[in-house]
Amino acid sequence: MAAHLSSGRVNLTALREAGRRELREFLDKCAGSKAIVWDEYLTGPFGLIAQYSLLKEHEVEKMFTLKPGRLPQADVRNIIFFVRPRLELMDIITDNVRREDRGRSPQRDFHILFVPRRSLLCEQWLKEQGVLGSFIHREQYSLDLIPFDGDLLSMESESAFKECYLESDQTSLYHAAKGLMTLQALYGTIPQIFGKGECARHVANMMIRMKREFPGSQNSIFPVFDTLLLLDRNVDLLTPLATQLTYEGLIDEIYGIQNTYVKLPPEKFAPKKQGEGGKDLPTEPKKLQLNSAEELYAEIRDKNFNAVGSVLSKKAKIISAAFEERHHAKTVGEIKQFVSQLPHMQAARSSLANHTSIAELIKDITTSEDFFDNLTVEQEFMSGIDTDKVNNYIEDCIAQKHSLIKILRLVCLQSVCNNGLKQKVLDHYKREILQTYGYEHILTLNNLEKAGLLKLQTGGRNNYPTIRKTLRLWMDDVNEQNPNDISYVYSGYAPLSVRLAQLLARPGWRSIEEVLKMLPGPHFEERQQLPTGLQKKRQHGENRVTLVFFLGGVTYAEIAALRFLSQMEDGGTEYVIATTKLINGTTWIKSLMEKLEPAPF
Amino acid sequence: MSRARADEEEYWHSSKFRAFTFDDEDDELSQVGAQPPTRLTPPRTVLCVQTVSLPQLKESKRAVNSLRDIVDDDDDDLEKVSWSGEPVGSISWSIKETASSSSSSSLEGRDTSLQKGSSSYAALPKQVSSYSLSSLFKAFSDTGVKNYAPELRRPKAEYKDYSNDWSPRDTVRRMQRGKVCSLERFRSLQDKLVLLDEAVARHDGNVITAVLIFLKRTLRREVLFRELEVRQVALCHLIHFLKETGEQKLLLDLLRFLDRTEEVALSQYREHLNIQDVEKKREFLKGCIGLPFSAEDISHIQDHYTLLERQIIIETNDRHLEMAGQSEIFRKYPRKASILNMPLVTTLFYSCFYHYTEAEGTFSSPSNLKKTFKIPDKQYVLTALAARAKLRAWEDVDALLTTKNWLGYTKKKAPIGFHRVVEILQRNNAPVQVLQEYVRLVEDVETRLNLATKYKCHDVVIDTYRDLKDRIQLMAYKCKVERGSAEEEKINSLLNNMQIRWKN
Repeated sequence: MAAHLSSGRVNLTALREAGRRELREFLDKCAGSKAIVWDEYLTGPFGLIAQYSLLKEHEVEKMFTLKPGRLPQADVRNIIFFVRPRLELMDIITDNVRREDRGRSPQRDFHILFVPRRSLLCEQWLKEQGVLGSFIHREQYSLDLIPFDGDLLSMESESAFKECYLESDQTSLYHAAKGLMTLQALYGTIPQIFGKGECARHVANMMIRMKREFPGSQNSIFPVFDTLLLLDRNVDLLTPLATQLTYEGLIDEIYGIQNTYVKLPPEKFAPKKQGEGGKDLPTEPKKLQLNSAEELYAEIRDKNFNAVGSVLSKKAKIISAAFEERHHAKTVGEIKQFVSQLPHMQAARSSLANHTSIAELIKDITTSEDFFDNLTVEQEFMSGIDTDKVNNYIEDCIAQKHSLIKILRLVCLQSVCNNGLKQKVLDHYKREILQTYGYEHILTLNNLEKAGLLKLQTGGRNNYPTIRKTLRLWMDDVNEQNPNDISYVYSGYAPLSVRLAQLLARPGWRSIEEVLKMLPGPHFEERQQLPTGLQKKRQHGENRVTLVFFLGGVTYAEIAALRFLSQMEDGGTEYVIATTKLINGTTWIKSLMEKLEPAPF
Repeated sequence: MSRARADEEEYWHSSKFRAFTFDDEDDELSQVGAQPPTRLTPPRTVLCVQTVSLPQLKESKRAVNSLRDIVDDDDDDLEKVSWSGEPVGSISWSIKETASSSSSSSLEGRDTSLQKGSSSYAALPKQVSSYSLSSLFKAFSDTGVKNYAPELRRPKAEYKDYSNDWSPRDTVRRMQRGKVCSLERFRSLQDKLVLLDEAVARHDGNVITAVLIFLKRTLRREVLFRELEVRQVALCHLIHFLKETGEQKLLLDLLRFLDRTEEVALSQYREHLNIQDVEKKREFLKGCIGLPFSAEDISHIQDHYTLLERQIIIETNDRHLEMAGQSEIFRKYPRKASILNMPLVTTLFYSCFYHYTEAEGTFSSPSNLKKTFKIPDKQYVLTALAARAKLRAWEDVDALLTTKNWLGYTKKKAPIGFHRVVEILQRNNAPVQVLQEYVRLVEDVETRLNLATKYKCHDVVIDTYRDLKDRIQLMAYKCKVERGSAEEEKINSLLNNMQIRWKN
């Protein structure tokens, strides 16, 4: 079920196992049959840790989604609420508990499992509603870092960026540090910590402090990770704003990947049967899981979309040839062998069919004129062309009332690539946006300014060209088919964040001191002492393992770029990626927008 | 041998296996390459994106299709997924499975329970997934409960852990682990501040907020503000907390104390989002005008107020007009929604649609809006054009784009460029005669030719080739016009015209 987690350099199955163990222990505390009431948001992340079968083994007989009203009938001893510590969820729970029929026998016991942690405020809230006493067990389940793939961990905390950079609420950093402590407990102390940015500094401080305060945490596990690199998202505000051009990145940009699942329009996936054409088209979106457990997906996910077609066609030929084999199977033995391979071939074929369909869906978008125009403007900005005046395309898009998020992405991109906009340009965009989309968006614009995504150029100096040149962020000769540089993931633009990781590994940050000073926040290095005997003696030719932690979110294209570096023959470093949330420009900007609809309560 | 082979074929073809096929098998892909986009200088790298390997996609598609009759999709035991893709046995799948009390094991039964399930989720707000502070307080805003100090009495379960003399550090550490602690025994200001600093040093919002609530309840306001001013992190948490719980008054007091005037203004302005009644909202916005906004923002706030004021007048009037049924425009095109709270440009469109001919003196006239809000020419023309074209009022379109100079000569002018004019008209199904007139005015020859060809404005194409003296293209175009039509005749007469000096 989770074989893909052990495919990488670091076996992340252990982390998943730890999570499962904790879950079992909690379930066993509540003796007897049980029903779980789920905060719906949690089912996705939990699905990456456990299947229903595990719960069933521990006497979970029913599962419901949390909603107001009376709890469904279920003949169980225990009702357990799995919830995030949020007050509006406490209100629903209160309602559920109040409506419970007291006369029923046998009585059902209530419990709460807070994910990722208990909250004093929520409990206080329940107490004021007079229901706190109804709960026998109130526990927390610290689901800090969830393994998504063999080399990828995420906290799936959507508002982490907003909280850190807009509200100065560092709770998510605390969780990040805790997650890192768990990792170190399982995979050994990480001897070297590098970081860039305010938040990175905080996390490193917390880790060091936690280690000092729990001397017991000094473990005797041989360290798996050599280096930890902590990166603030606001060190590189540019990358998420650009449209990702890898296969996985485009799937995320267009359809949105959530907890490794994507929902696609069903038409292309309709099983067509002879003689039945057209009718019974499914109307529900087709849901697919995307991870490296699928061989073909693992091969194409990180490629530039332009290189995907040729792989698919090559695969098609191989599979066709394999099926042709049946004509050559003459003896019973040969036929038997062919049949034994059939399941594998069928899986390969259906995987190929799915990805051919997805590629077609994406191609319809990427060949549209608007996608092209949008990309042209993005690339002009990133390569430093005309970033200091009002852009015609953006104006046109506003006039045609394209989605506000698209407009904001472009304007912010221009601002970042120009180290802030001139007063006149900024005012012009602001006015156009407010007049077309509504004055209340002044609050969103304000948030973007606070986060540094949109700003006024001060001092009249634009340092982006220097940063671009020194870090070689724009590559003119990009090879999408057989890339030789990370810039292939954006067809020309090399993600700044990943460049920093690359330069850290070789030749080291000392070579780019000047540029590091231009980027926000401190950069630093810390060492954690290892007991003698655990110090690594590197075999010749053995790669180092670096954990890159993106505080505030990471895009699939950045992940692809890091995987590309891992696979470079003479790279010398393999990367594991962790983040507060997997993001793209759209979800990111959305998280910063002022919620304009009144709350549902 | 051949017999065996035939049997084998027979087996494959007659088996119940049916193959996956794609919906559209036609060749629509090939034409993509044939449409050269008309734009100036696309960076080279962008071009690569455009040339997505279509033939290869087609190839794999064909291969997949060619495998039909070999294997089957339906009874495939390999991937145990329900149609929605949820692996059978996954948690979200099982919720639906175990929740449907009727033990229908059929697929149909499962599907309906799926749908029921998903519609009932609507009750749950799911947009935010935060684990931390920001999300904790959503529910407070309406309830007005103000006092939620951390639990002070000890629940039974905690008895054995309880001790009276935890140091501030231990207290914070215990709170971090979710244990219940009494804060009441920290009495002196000194103790309270040590406690706060200890909490802040751990960056745990849950604990920081709990301590802040305690301080807020037990310290005088001036003291609290003064101490927080030198503790920025704690200060941020309190501001965030007050925002989320809707303690507007205390928040504004605090921001004023800190001299953060712009924030005071914005924070107060944000309140208007919670006001449903438009009259009250208008009054509220009026009050916002005097707030200390930044110089750039103040004019927008003023405009917001003026716009809503204007919309209320228009709405009252128009609702009346519409109900009376006297006005033809409202009878013919009933309003789909009220204009209240719509953006400025939408309001302008509305006004151009329903009130185009009104004099500048009336509040609902487009020219009045244009003047009041200093709407740039470009924006105005674009919006008016779209509105009039939607009504197919082609004379209005003509008038809108016509300017008179001081000698009385008229001239066509479009601040948005005539190619955009053509686009808008075309979208509103303008007849060729109308379209043609504006295609002719597109300045860039190549764009003009493209548009004219695309929208079959034959006259423009012919005239343009004539002006370009391009005999070959003109001859080529002959086969695109109808046999025996006036256009064909025109081409013939041009081609026979000995006066023209063709360039080829």
